[in-house]
Amino acid sequence: MSTPAAAAGPAPGGTSTTEPLVAYLLGLGDDALVLAQRLGEWITRAPQIEEDVALANIALDLLGQARVLLTRAGELEGAGRDEDALAFGRDERDFRNVCLVEIPNGDFAVTTARQLVFSAYQCELWSALRDSADPVLSGLAGKAVKEAAYHRDHATHWVLRLGDGTDEGHRRMQAGLDRVWPYVDELFAADDVAAHLAGVAVDPPSLRAPWSAYVEDVVARATLTVPSPTWHARGGRRGLHTEHLGHLLPEMQHLHRAHPGARW
Amino acid sequence: MHDDALSETRSESRSAPTAEAELERRFEAMIADEVRIEPRDWMPEGYRRTLVRQIAQHAHSEIIGMQPEGNWITRAPSLRRKAILIAKVQDEAGHGLYLYSAAETLGIDREDLLDLLHTGRQKYSSIFNYPTLTWADMGAIGWLVDGAAIMNQVPLCRCSYGPYGRAMVRICKEESFHQRQGFEILHTLSHGTPAQKAMAQDAVNRFWWPSLMMFGPPDAASTHSAQSAAWGIKRFGNDELRQRFVDMTVPQAQALGLTLPDPDLRWDERSGHWRFGAVDWDELDRVIRGDGPCNAQRVERRRTAHEDGAWVRDSAEAYAAKHADTTRATAAA
Repeated sequence: MSTPAAAAGPAPGGTSTTEPLVAYLLGLGDDALVLAQRLGEWITRAPQIEEDVALANIALDLLGQARVLLTRAGELEGAGRDEDALAFGRDERDFRNVCLVEIPNGDFAVTTARQLVFSAYQCELWSALRDSADPVLSGLAGKAVKEAAYHRDHATHWVLRLGDGTDEGHRRMQAGLDRVWPYVDELFAADDVAAHLAGVAVDPPSLRAPWSAYVEDVVARATLTVPSPTWHARGGRRGLHTEHLGHLLPEMQHLHRAHPGARW
Repeated sequence: MHDDALSETRSESRSAPTAEAELERRFEAMIADEVRIEPRDWMPEGYRRTLVRQIAQHAHSEIIGMQPEGNWITRAPSLRRKAILIAKVQDEAGHGLYLYSAAETLGIDREDLLDLLHTGRQKYSSIFNYPTLTWADMGAIGWLVDGAAIMNQVPLCRCSYGPYGRAMVRICKEESFHQRQGFEILHTLSHGTPAQKAMAQDAVNRFWWPSLMMFGPPDAASTHSAQSAAWGIKRFGNDELRQRFVDMTVPQAQALGLTLPDPDLRWDERSGHWRFGAVDWDELDRVIRGDGPCNAQRVERRRTAHEDGAWVRDSAEAYAAKHADTTRATAAA
């Protein structure tokens, strides 16, 4: 952790020395923002009122993370874009989230599987980023690591209850894991942007082993099987998304875009 | 502490064989002395039934009330507004949970209460049967609907039934916060672009009269009022609370730079009150009977969420049963 990324030289084709860090912050911020949006869709539709509360709570934590990350990205970019300009003014080819967070909620098991995968990943990510040379990133990580631990605990308990509860719960939870697993590799793919940011960013492949240890134990305790998907999502960090994001963004952005320059 | 000590004494004395009339007399004396009634105390069956109905319908209103605002969570125009809205809807779910717990102290299960809601046998506040058509409706709901709710609910903090009164203390704190947030949304809109100001005015036009209806029918036509007042459940008449609400709201509308859709609204120097036009009570009757713009949709959403989630709740229950021994062992260790 010695070389601050900002000094690591321009990105290919970039004009600013901070550009890789901007891209990195946007990636993490978009992950949190898009997943918060998905969880927001659950509110008033959850299996019990306690889950309306829990999913809203997780969405709020993620939205809070997104706001810090997008604000910081906008400041470093220096083009006058604040969190709202970045959230509501970019098209899907400019969003840098991993594909996992944009897939539809499906049933409660798909949402639970997605949440287990993502929050276990975020636990490792924020834990490592507490030592980031970027003060905003390390500051956020200190808080976000606690939030992610709570999210992971919540998802873990549901995977156990569904996997090791009724037959239908088991069947649906396994189907949920199967639905989500093709999106796992992308979380840990080596990334040019992170590679430019030694000391500031985390190298995604380094997070895989601790993530696997945790998640595989939960899946086994839930009497479920870790899927072996035959295809794998990729490209989200380069703005190459699934067809789902192009439906999520217009709903999220339409009001902001319909009133250019307005304050809310 | 003091209340707990009292209920101890009372439940001891209850073990002596006492005539119903004596119990009733003591109950009336407690109400007269403004001593809180607690779950283990004797209470008239009518008092219990009235409270179950009122607390349950209050809880249902919180739960159904999540929908009109939940409708805009994915579309809020800024991240700050989105966060505030999610937090608010989450608070409403929490209020519903407090209130179901309060109702359960009267010997009824939350599951049964939800069933009464899902089958249309218990009501919820008529206001939530109106649609949220624009973002400005989030402001109008916060300012007017939560404002009216506060007017109704603050007196309930002193309700004669302890668990209900205590739930209301917590709820009212959060409601007044929500009301200020709603005012702030409208203030921003009414001082924004012409299109934003028009959006704010339109929302106020649509929510003003339904908000006045939240206080219920005129006192003369209110069926439960007299008994509820005698029992210390209700402390003010519908019309009195409605008048207070109008008196409070008109100056706030002026501060917002918005008008209220009532040509008969005028200041009455002599009485010191704002006089307002006739409420369309036929509309309230219609909406309460189920024939409002969103009645069917609201109950359907609740029912679907509940039915779609049945397998989740079943699986959680099966898991808990399977692991009951492990859980007990862990707790004992």
